[in-house]
Amino acid sequence: MSSSPTVSFFDRPNSYIGRTVPRPNARKLLQGRGTFVDDIVLPRMAHVVFVRSPHAHARIVSIDRTAAQEMPGVIAVVTGAELAKVITPWVGVLTHMKGLKSAPQHAIAIERACWQGEAVAAVVAESRAEAEDAAEAVVVEWEELAPVVDMETALNSDTPVIHPDLGDNLAFRRELVTGDVDAAFASADVIVEQVFHTGRHTGVCLEPRAVLADYQPADGKLTAYQATQAPHMIQNLLAKHLNLNETDVRVVCKDVGGSFGIKVHIYPDEMATAALSVLLKRPVKFIADRLESFVTDIHARDHRIKGRIALKQDGEILAFEIDDRTGIGPYSVYPRTSAVEANQVVNLVGGPYKHNAYRAATEVVFQNKTGTCQYRAVGHPIACAVTEGLVDLAAQKIGMDPAEIRRRNLIPDDAYPYVGLAGLPYENLSHHASLNKLLALMDYDRLRAEQSELRKRGIYRGIGLASFIEVTNPSAAFYGIGGARISSQDGCTIRLDPTGTIICATGVTEQGQGTEAIIAQIAATAVGVTMEKVRVITGDTDATPYGGGTWASRGAGIGGEAALQAGKALRNNILQVAAAMLQSAPEKFDIREGIVVDADSGAERLPLEEIGRVVYFRPDTLPKGIQPEFVVTRHYVQKDYPFVFTNGIQGCYLEVDTETGFVTILKHWCVEDCGTIINPQLVDEQIRGGVVQGIGGALYEECIYDDRGQLVNGSMIDYLVPMAGEMPDIVVGHVISPTASSELGAKGAGEAGTAGAPAAVMNAINDALQPFDVRLAAQPFTPERILTALGKVGSGKTRV
Amino acid sequence: MEQYDISVIVNGQKVRRRVSARQHLIDFLRLDLSLTGSHLGCEHGVCGACTIRVNGIAVRGCLMLAVQADGATVDTIEGLSDSGAIAELQDAFHKHNALQCGFCTSGMLATAAELIERHPDANREAIRAYISGNYCRCTGYHSIVDAIASVLEARRGHRSAGGAA
Amino acid sequence: MKAPSFGYVKARELAQVFDLLEEHGDDAKLLAGGQSLIPSLNLRLSRPTVLIDINAISDLQGIRETADTILVGALTTHVMLEISPVIAQHVPLVAAAMPYIAHPAIRNRGTLGGSLAFADPAAELPACALALDATFVLKNRDQERRVQAAGFFHGLFETDLRPGEILAAIEFPKAGVSHRFAFSELARRHGDYAMIGLAAASQKAGDLRLAYFGVADRPVAATQAAACLVKDGAAGIEAACAALRNDLQPSGDLNAGPDTKLHLASVLLKRALPSLLTSA
Repeated sequence: MSSSPTVSFFDRPNSYIGRTVPRPNARKLLQGRGTFVDDIVLPRMAHVVFVRSPHAHARIVSIDRTAAQEMPGVIAVVTGAELAKVITPWVGVLTHMKGLKSAPQHAIAIERACWQGEAVAAVVAESRAEAEDAAEAVVVEWEELAPVVDMETALNSDTPVIHPDLGDNLAFRRELVTGDVDAAFASADVIVEQVFHTGRHTGVCLEPRAVLADYQPADGKLTAYQATQAPHMIQNLLAKHLNLNETDVRVVCKDVGGSFGIKVHIYPDEMATAALSVLLKRPVKFIADRLESFVTDIHARDHRIKGRIALKQDGEILAFEIDDRTGIGPYSVYPRTSAVEANQVVNLVGGPYKHNAYRAATEVVFQNKTGTCQYRAVGHPIACAVTEGLVDLAAQKIGMDPAEIRRRNLIPDDAYPYVGLAGLPYENLSHHASLNKLLALMDYDRLRAEQSELRKRGIYRGIGLASFIEVTNPSAAFYGIGGARISSQDGCTIRLDPTGTIICATGVTEQGQGTEAIIAQIAATAVGVTMEKVRVITGDTDATPYGGGTWASRGAGIGGEAALQAGKALRNNILQVAAAMLQSAPEKFDIREGIVVDADSGAERLPLEEIGRVVYFRPDTLPKGIQPEFVVTRHYVQKDYPFVFTNGIQGCYLEVDTETGFVTILKHWCVEDCGTIINPQLVDEQIRGGVVQGIGGALYEECIYDDRGQLVNGSMIDYLVPMAGEMPDIVVGHVISPTASSELGAKGAGEAGTAGAPAAVMNAINDALQPFDVRLAAQPFTPERILTALGKVGSGKTRV
Repeated sequence: MEQYDISVIVNGQKVRRRVSARQHLIDFLRLDLSLTGSHLGCEHGVCGACTIRVNGIAVRGCLMLAVQADGATVDTIEGLSDSGAIAELQDAFHKHNALQCGFCTSGMLATAAELIERHPDANREAIRAYISGNYCRCTGYHSIVDAIASVLEARRGHRSAGGAA
Repeated sequence: MKAPSFGYVKARELAQVFDLLEEHGDDAKLLAGGQSLIPSLNLRLSRPTVLIDINAISDLQGIRETADTILVGALTTHVMLEISPVIAQHVPLVAAAMPYIAHPAIRNRGTLGGSLAFADPAAELPACALALDATFVLKNRDQERRVQAAGFFHGLFETDLRPGEILAAIEFPKAGVSHRFAFSELARRHGDYAMIGLAAASQKAGDLRLAYFGVADRPVAATQAAACLVKDGAAGIEAACAALRNDLQPSGDLNAGPDTKLHLASVLLKRALPSLLTSA
């Protein structure tokens, strides 16, 4: 089947596995010749602008559109009730999240707006500017209602219940107990407690959310050009809620300007846009502007976690305990639910460490704020911050170096398979190899010496470590088992064309991480051609196998495996034909750089173009009994584990100016084990981008609400995203532990950077401030919070 | 609403159009001329995605009205690409994977092109300061700094090689 | 966020500007660099009926040196100030402030006059003008009026400009041999509006102006703090920091409450000292 038995398939000549290859599809982006949704223009295309609630919670008394309808360029002004005749509401629950409840949500609100920014009417016009003019002329009469804005009091008896039919503001609750937690804490020599806060923040993709819906009434077909990660999911849900046949809905994703999970969810305004196209029988385009994005893109990570750790005096960790509360929006977001993040927090706290007892509780409560849902590294940054923060606190309490306490407690590298205390199996992690590699890369001892020296001169630098485990390559455990039609399998169709080019159509999608490049690398390796002879088709439900898209770091591991198997199968089919043409046996040959060669000598026998010419145009010359099949599809689903875990560890070295509270990150490191690496540069760049997003949450990003549920910093001026001037160089290293759940052995890498960075930054800040005996645990660690902790300023109201 | 006649040289070609005063230059380029390589990320002048070249200098296209471009020379990413003006930077960005989704790239390249002309001796810190007004969510900036630094270094190498001759 | 509709006139000379201002009054806005005006239009915070583009008026251009002053036309862009050897030599406080102002693309178009007339309290140049006791040259159709910086900034985006007037030029005193200055700013990120900043200048012994920005609705001269330093030099720093509490009375913002701003004001003052005091 493969070539020389001593050489692994990935080491064979012509292998692109493990090679840094510049992305072929980056060329057009470098020239400004990508195709983002807003670049697409269709005949009779109209633009929609939504009239949005300025109130966090208000009843819609009346909507007067008479003036708006007369304004230049206006095609229609549509209310929620009218649109409800075309599109049905949805409920964001999944059956495997027991007890999760949520109210029906409409594409455009009817009767009541439940968050500032919720759409209450749609203005469709010939241009965006004219639609905005008319939207201003729509007069809405409101009756303000009391908003629920504090997660801590959301369940109090005197707090209004947002959806009375649900009974209370509790969306979801989960408790998990493993082992005898009380006994563990009773027997502990040291117990450390801390309350952590992670700040609500959001994705801020540079390309805002975008959809161009094109309904063709003659044949009842809807095409949605959408900036999304999951075209098949969108296809299914558009069909379901618009009452169309699923096969009459086509979703096309060309270039997507960043997503990070933001664009994998269902948004009422995007669904409304599709419904408007059906209603008005013409293409309708919706591009969220930046102000809209801040109040309508999903938010994430708004948690308060009380954490405890129990350990022995020698540093052995006995138990973790957490009590988590998170405030979501007024609806659980559809279809992936707003409970998954909290669920992940419960699943992941304590993950890298040996211990025998764990208790976790989480409550997810409704609020009148923007809805929350999965955003890069879902729950991991929170769980990691709590775990790593407690471990560092414990180390400090017993006077142990933070690297040492980890050395004593990380699950040994030879302990696998291992089942974590949340009941999730780990296949083969490498915490210790990663720790050792990190410390070497950082030159940890030298940094400690430097820190000590500088402290004497009143310069406060800190080193922060953070171990993490990361969920990748999900099985149906995430969504499928809960009833969501979100595919955990994926497929790849590869065909050989007469010119010797292979075309791969894959169900995983591209948002800039390099999906197309790595699929091309895998396909080229599997078949035996050069990268120049590979074309990849993604993001088109008409043209690719049914798949899940890209999320939960599944692109390489799941999409890649399907591509590998399809490529290998095509290679076999080609060799069958080649062998017949050469009157020999397939095992004698290989395909290298587009040429069928003698496997042993490498002598060139037949170029693929020649085989293509014969098969497609001169099949009369082929031997009898040969029917070439140069199109092959293979699917792959990961079924060995609920998720394939990866692991890593990060280090952060920073300086705190104790007079101003400003933090300067001097350097950052990440050692990560994602199994087989297909393109080292692309993995490293995913890590780097992820780290910076994590630093954003640690130092800068927070959606700030006032007590009336108004987002007060919803613009690029006030919501602070990381920019180049403040970010460090980031060193990335790897350990490689392939997963046996696939031949490719690749695990996911897209979210690891974000998972560990906030914890590393937090630990570094606290390490820097150790002489002052302060503890910061509320993200983001703003200058004011740091000054407050240091006692330099004191408002009493500032959470640290 | 009143319309205004403008005459602009866009990517080397003279273009005459009627525009309304309120239309900003990026919308003019994208909607009237179908030059969609220039992008909008915020329309309040903060993210830098809209950075283009007007009269030879880098500007935020969303902060300029189309009507102000009357008589001006505008170079967008398409023009800068086709003329070869930014070829070194594009090659370096490609090699270093200094882009992922590509949405910030046209603005980032316009800024970088001005940086390497104005500050040929910029170090990493100076590079970071110069691109500090161009938001990238994907890369975390490290590879962008690498790419720009590599172009500066190559140019310095050519300069010193030339000087030694 | 598309701007609402408005008219547009490209003025060729000042007389035309005055005609239009008289005709439209408050419904007209002057368009210079546009780096503050156009965002407000895109965000629909501002709804003029007509924009008067003044970028072609040559009377408002140029940097001119006289015996004691540097006269800078209002349309001088930030980048022109940044690269000007005249400014570097004679108005070093402004040169020091330039790298903090927004970002290169904004500095390529934003103007000195625009920044001063817009009067954002967190902006650098109004504070520099205050610290240097610059003179603002205001023109209307009939006459020219000169206002010192201390009398120009009245409140949030409010200046001494009267209807029918335009800020034509700004006169900075040239730095003499005894000139000392310091500029510092704390911003969350490069180019952000200041959390707090200090533009400080002294033309000769006994003269010191400390202009803070990002602390109130306009740049604030910390006169009592300055007096402590003038009286006692470095020994007066603690008294000066205490005096800041009277001078400043900051309002808080998203980044920092009043107490934090006061603390940071002291920190900036202490760090500026070495540059400000003549050596013993």
